[in-house]
Amino acid sequence: MLRKLFRFKGGVEPVTHKSASAQAPIGKHPLPSQLILPLHQNVGARAIPCVRVGETVLKGQRIGAADGWISAAVHAPTSGKVLAIEDRLATHPSGLSTLSVIIEPDGLDTWIERRPLDYATLAPDEVRKALRDAGIVGLGGAVFPTHAKLSAAKSTAMEFVVINGAECEPFVTCDDLLMRERAEDIVHGASIFRDLLEPRRVLIGIEDNKPEAAVAMRRAVETLGFDFEVVVVPTRYPTGAAKQLIRVLTGKEIPSTRRSPEMGVQCFNVGTAYSTWRFVAFGEPLISRIVTLTGNVKIAGNWETLIGTPFGEFVAIGCPKPDTGGFLMGGPMMGFEIPGLSAPVVKACNCVIVAATPLFPPPRPEMPCIRCGACAHVCPHELQPFELYRFSRAKKFDKTIKLSIDECIECGCCAYVCPSRIPLVRYFRFAKSEIAARRKETEKAAATRFRIEGRKKRDERMKAEKAERLQKATAKTSGAGDADATKRALIEAAVERARLQRETQAAKNAETAGNRETALEKNPAVRPNDVAG
Amino acid sequence: MNIIDSVLVAVAVMTLGAAFIGAVLGWASARFRVEGNPLVDKIESALPQTQCGQCGFPGCRAYAEAISSGAPINLCPPGGEAGARKLADLLGREIPVSGVVEKPPQVAEIDEASCIGCTLCIQACPVDAIVGAAKQLHTVVGSICTGCERCAASCPAECIRMRTIPETIDNWKWKPPVFEIRRFA
Repeated sequence: MLRKLFRFKGGVEPVTHKSASAQAPIGKHPLPSQLILPLHQNVGARAIPCVRVGETVLKGQRIGAADGWISAAVHAPTSGKVLAIEDRLATHPSGLSTLSVIIEPDGLDTWIERRPLDYATLAPDEVRKALRDAGIVGLGGAVFPTHAKLSAAKSTAMEFVVINGAECEPFVTCDDLLMRERAEDIVHGASIFRDLLEPRRVLIGIEDNKPEAAVAMRRAVETLGFDFEVVVVPTRYPTGAAKQLIRVLTGKEIPSTRRSPEMGVQCFNVGTAYSTWRFVAFGEPLISRIVTLTGNVKIAGNWETLIGTPFGEFVAIGCPKPDTGGFLMGGPMMGFEIPGLSAPVVKACNCVIVAATPLFPPPRPEMPCIRCGACAHVCPHELQPFELYRFSRAKKFDKTIKLSIDECIECGCCAYVCPSRIPLVRYFRFAKSEIAARRKETEKAAATRFRIEGRKKRDERMKAEKAERLQKATAKTSGAGDADATKRALIEAAVERARLQRETQAAKNAETAGNRETALEKNPAVRPNDVAG
Repeated sequence: MNIIDSVLVAVAVMTLGAAFIGAVLGWASARFRVEGNPLVDKIESALPQTQCGQCGFPGCRAYAEAISSGAPINLCPPGGEAGARKLADLLGREIPVSGVVEKPPQVAEIDEASCIGCTLCIQACPVDAIVGAAKQLHTVVGSICTGCERCAASCPAECIRMRTIPETIDNWKWKPPVFEIRRFA
């Protein structure tokens, strides 16, 4: 039966440039001289380092433990020695550094004891916890911890699990090759997601520019005897974005204010399904991933690369041509320039594009917005980028929120079609990060106000308690509670105290004077002129 | 009906109407009376709650009250331009031409070697961000500290420094695109 497909509004059809890297089978990237493992490779909390400098680690040993539920562990990709745990250049557009574990491989590649997960008998929550400790995160690029996505909403029955093999970004072919070569593992992984979420149907969406992958996946589903449905969807950027693929396959539209399980859908990347199965069936945590290397290189292709391989060593395998101008991570639509070749390949890294002038000419100057509306036509979320641009630029962020900037997925369609060459997404990212910072500030201000009010209340209470105590004490001394008598008694007590103090002081002074005199006898230069009395 | 009568009727109708409306308004103002000034609450929630007093008023609440009775809106350095803009939007006022003094966010830090454990800073801290006891080393809980500098002023050993919060990956923000005009001229 042919599934009725839906359409999302907008989208663009850029040249895909996929064939260059999709010719050769997946290669195995050689062991690098050093591995740099940032401890923060997932959405959520940073992992806590759990090895010491100088310690010998085995391949697959946990080196960073998940901190809380929305977090994921980090593992040693090979055996070797921990050289340092320090801040290193992060694979991040900011060019800032982040806490990383540096491992020097010993070349032996000795595995830690691998134990398949007995997931048929384990409680679902135990399976989720195991996935968290195996460091499994979404490999489509968003790196959201997978275990946290594996719970159905209480209110809604799960209808669909969508396995995302659309891979709509130009240049990127890592999912394509993975589906062609390791389809059965992906299907097995999808079956784990199915068991945990219990949907009515599992849909595997693949764009129609990857016929080999679709055939391989269909064959795998048939061989393994699952009732999953492999659906070929039209090629149109950004079909591979989770919300768009869900829309195309199921017709459901998910607003930014709701999570997809609340609408009865959950979406996983094919790479995530693959690494989930590798962990469940073979006990291998997430220590490597397939990375596409393409663009201005002599040898383009896909390599299974250890997480933590420095980009310098990674790109060397493709022999970049001499006129190389820079390196992009991710696709040309949503990716960013790698801040330096010492930064490492991380879990989020699906593709490295070696850039050169003919491929990516330098951005031409931005021209004024002519409000032609081309951006609004292609926006897959039906926003008005030209209005968002106007208000982002003017820093009127409240207005951008009213125009639903939160719905923007930064796909870059608007900037792609803009005749004035305005880097619209850059403006939206700026506005969104400002908005996020302000929300955080507002939250902190509210917490602070709560603390201040609490302190004020406490001060008042303590004052009242003190007054009460004093009153009680005076009531005790006065007995009948006669105010004058109390006062008199207090005064008398004070006078008595003062007298006592005077006496002891006088005694002490006399003693000191005596001491001084003995001191004077010994050393006549000291004059006791400062001794009173 | 002669003209005098119609004038009298008109006057009577107007008087009765005015009396009725006046009574309703008087009753409503007593019935739906709002305690305090709701505007002050709104202004206060737009202020950063550092309680630093750098505006010249003792705390954010006091400054909010002052703004509602006409004080300028650009006196809050921790709020910076963004804060002044928020106030301007809220009150429909313009940001004064003199601009806003910006101050980067900071936290207090106690030099452990010279802390004498006097507890004066603990008493000065409006948000209970300093922990410690008499004759024990004190320390600042950085995530709660608002950087108001009150503890620094209270310390007799001068061992509290204000440290600007550095830019990290977690608080990094995208910058708006800047094009060099000269390059393309």
